[in-house]
Amino acid sequence: MKTRRKMRRASARAGAAAGLAPLQAELRRIAERVLRLSEADETEVTIEAESDALTRFANNTIHQNVAEERLDISIRAVVEGRTARATTNKSDDESLRRTAQAALELAQNQPKHSGLLPMAGPAGRGAAKTVGRYFDSTAAASPGDRGRVVAALCREAERGKHTAAGIFSTGAHAMAIANSRGVFAYHAQTRAQFSITAMDGDSSGWAKATSPDLREIDPEKLARRAMGKAERSRKPREITPGRMTVILEPAAVLDLAGFLFYDFAGTAVGDNRSCFNNRMGKQVFGKNIELWDDVYHPLQSGAPFDGEGMPRERVRLVEAGVPKALVYSRATARKMKAKPTGHGLPLPNEWGEAPMNLVIEGGDSSLEKMIASTERGVLLTRVWYVREVDPYEKVLTGMTRDGTFLVEGGKIVAGLRNMRFNESVLEMLSKVEEMGPAVRASGEEAFDMVVPAMKVKDFHFTEMTKF
Amino acid sequence: MFDLATIAIETARRRGASYADARMVDIRSRDLSTKNGEVGTLNEAESLGLGIRVIAAGAWGFASTDRLTREGVSACAARAVAIAKASALAKLKDVALAPEAPVVDTWQNPFVKDPFRIPVERQLELLLAADAAMRGVKGVTLAETSMAFRRIEQFYVSTEGSRIHQVKVQSGAGIVATSFAGDEIQKRSYPNSFGGQHTLEGYELVESFDLAGHAPRVAEEAVALHSAAQCPEGTRTLLLESGQLGLQIHESVGHPIELDRVLGMEANYAGMSFLTLEKLRTLRYGSDIVNVVADARLSHGPGLGTFGYDDEGVPGRCTPIITNGLFTGYLSSRETAALVGEKQSGGTVRAESWNRLPMIRMTNVSLLPGKGTSAELVESTDDGIWMETNRSWSIDDHRYHFQFSTEIAWEIKGGKRVRMLKNPSYSGITTEFWNSCDAICGPDEWKLWGTPNCGKGQPQQVMGTGHGAAPARFRNVKIGAAFAK
Repeated sequence: MKTRRKMRRASARAGAAAGLAPLQAELRRIAERVLRLSEADETEVTIEAESDALTRFANNTIHQNVAEERLDISIRAVVEGRTARATTNKSDDESLRRTAQAALELAQNQPKHSGLLPMAGPAGRGAAKTVGRYFDSTAAASPGDRGRVVAALCREAERGKHTAAGIFSTGAHAMAIANSRGVFAYHAQTRAQFSITAMDGDSSGWAKATSPDLREIDPEKLARRAMGKAERSRKPREITPGRMTVILEPAAVLDLAGFLFYDFAGTAVGDNRSCFNNRMGKQVFGKNIELWDDVYHPLQSGAPFDGEGMPRERVRLVEAGVPKALVYSRATARKMKAKPTGHGLPLPNEWGEAPMNLVIEGGDSSLEKMIASTERGVLLTRVWYVREVDPYEKVLTGMTRDGTFLVEGGKIVAGLRNMRFNESVLEMLSKVEEMGPAVRASGEEAFDMVVPAMKVKDFHFTEMTKF
Repeated sequence: MFDLATIAIETARRRGASYADARMVDIRSRDLSTKNGEVGTLNEAESLGLGIRVIAAGAWGFASTDRLTREGVSACAARAVAIAKASALAKLKDVALAPEAPVVDTWQNPFVKDPFRIPVERQLELLLAADAAMRGVKGVTLAETSMAFRRIEQFYVSTEGSRIHQVKVQSGAGIVATSFAGDEIQKRSYPNSFGGQHTLEGYELVESFDLAGHAPRVAEEAVALHSAAQCPEGTRTLLLESGQLGLQIHESVGHPIELDRVLGMEANYAGMSFLTLEKLRTLRYGSDIVNVVADARLSHGPGLGTFGYDDEGVPGRCTPIITNGLFTGYLSSRETAALVGEKQSGGTVRAESWNRLPMIRMTNVSLLPGKGTSAELVESTDDGIWMETNRSWSIDDHRYHFQFSTEIAWEIKGGKRVRMLKNPSYSGITTEFWNSCDAICGPDEWKLWGTPNCGKGQPQQVMGTGHGAAPARFRNVKIGAAFAK
């Protein structure tokens, strides 16, 4: 109970994350209580404290406005080569003891797992580097702060005869992982998000940004961008779908390339369900593609340790278009005779690990240059409802949405009706002609990544819809 | 539990709320999985908390907490009122709700075997037997099984006098065999893909599947797909088995009829709908044989959209959605019903948990059965393709244009299945597709499928929905665009 009060008090203070030390101490005390109460051979506890609020608007008015606070305590027991997890959101001793016992009983009542390792100790692994992603001013944002910004933008939308819908959210999240071998890892960060769709009769535009620091988000600029796209795409034209040059804004790149993330898991390759099976070390992508997993990148987000509390490492997944490395949890690394990279998912699980902080290096072009160099092509703001059609060739289908434009003679000449595509991401990343600078991108299909805008030739549009 | 919820709404009223409702929700879950003969996931979880929704200054506010003390829920209620007053900064008009009589009641879905009382070792034994049976087939490179159980207990109170205690128990399970060979990954699932089949029933549901008994066939089909012919491109007659048809209903009927989408409330994320208000009772949604209802009542079956009362205290209702092909109804809430001049809510509002705002969700949106059997359907088809078990799905943000692919298909020639086809897909425009339906099988093959993973809202909420369907036939459907070169 104290934890939530401390999070709110921490949120209310000014200065650089001044209130975090008491919160970390509180989570540590809960972890120590769990480790004391558990009767398992080995015990791991993950504690997450969250405080989030989201203001949602549509039809130029706030129609939903929510806030939540929660504390989850998840306990993993290991007994004689078996493991299981039980989770509660109650932090009194009786609940913690009961949950620890539930994890132990679940673990006892199953066959031994051949790949289960003893829990990690802190020795030899080093502590995770800390990353500063907590901003008091973000955590302290109030409903009134968000409401005033949204109200002003709704009035601006009305003046421009647009209909606006979107969200403005702020929140804070703290996580600690500890185990009975002495691991203790802690991370706290804030998050802010603004997204807006501006509608204009037969057209629409969209813009979105996320950041751990609210001050990095400019709602007015994003609103102007969305409204500008809606205005420029009025009276959308139809074109015949087919293979054509496409300019993908960063959000569109993210929501396509993001589908690759699990294919870089050692377990995915071990299970023969990765598109990189039989393709590691080969020229899969264009030579201009460099892909990292890098939680320490200044535009990235998230905790610098994995689901077992192991420090995350930077991993160069693709070098000059050649997939060179995978990520590994401790157990997968042992099984595949590789080095663990600190990307394990919370145990027990069947997925192993995943890179969660993808970074595609950018180039020296820009959206403006890409448009100027295009004789005929399509500019995509975002893609929607992307799903995997072929898991090995990595063919994805999806729709364009909220700002699809025809580019002719180096200029945007018209808005377009939305189209369906069926495109292999492997092929797409081997046909990249130009890239802009890598930016923090946010879409709706993949988690946030650092990616550039891209110009891609022969992107495959297959059908057109009615708007 | 009712006491704390009542403290919350009374606090809200004292703080100036003109309306408040509160839900105390206690959720228990158990998730198990296996992969290639080893236990994968083995988790149990519990989550107890309170969410309060208020109207103050004519606008909405919602707050939630798991600090379940008098002070904790009072602070949460005060926060909800403060949020509502902030919402009023951008208010265009006061929120109004369609009238609803207050209810005092208790409701629980019937089930035979409480899945949480079944020893976990017995559940794992069942999964591991199916896992082994799949791996017994040469060519299977990955065998996966899973079970999931939920018990959701809710205490609902409102300032209008409702006081409802409701308990729902749901179960689900499924198996998947995957085969990687050459440059292809093929898979088969049973009884459905993406987690299997889920309903509002007890462990008896899982036992009815006979997972181990079906495992060899599932595995053999996954391997056989490698040597099957590629599904051809073209305009063909399409026959859908009921599981795939359930998802087709979900995407191309269930979502577009959500009145919050129609009114633009989901425009930034889930999108809008082509079913604008003037289309009600004027649009030919489907052919004359197409009849769809949204039915939350237990009499419709134990679907994931079945309940006694929704999260606004409205009793489970049945709304005719498509009647002999004519579009006749939306999914509505008390607020959206009032906005469009309906007399009452359709009773479709649900929240994922205590910490989420209740919103319009599909109940059981089902295609009513026609007549005949699937054998007769095939016999009466001269040239067509039978598709089975969803592999991917995608539809635009107005719910016009869709594309689905399935795990497996069979070509039909002269009333007979003649060969297996791999990588099948089909696409189309919603109303053109439903108007091309010329046969729906009868009640004997009608099945109420569960979709446990429907996402909607910001922050996103995952909800279970139900979709009853029997195999059906559609003419002149575009086949194979997903794999076109």
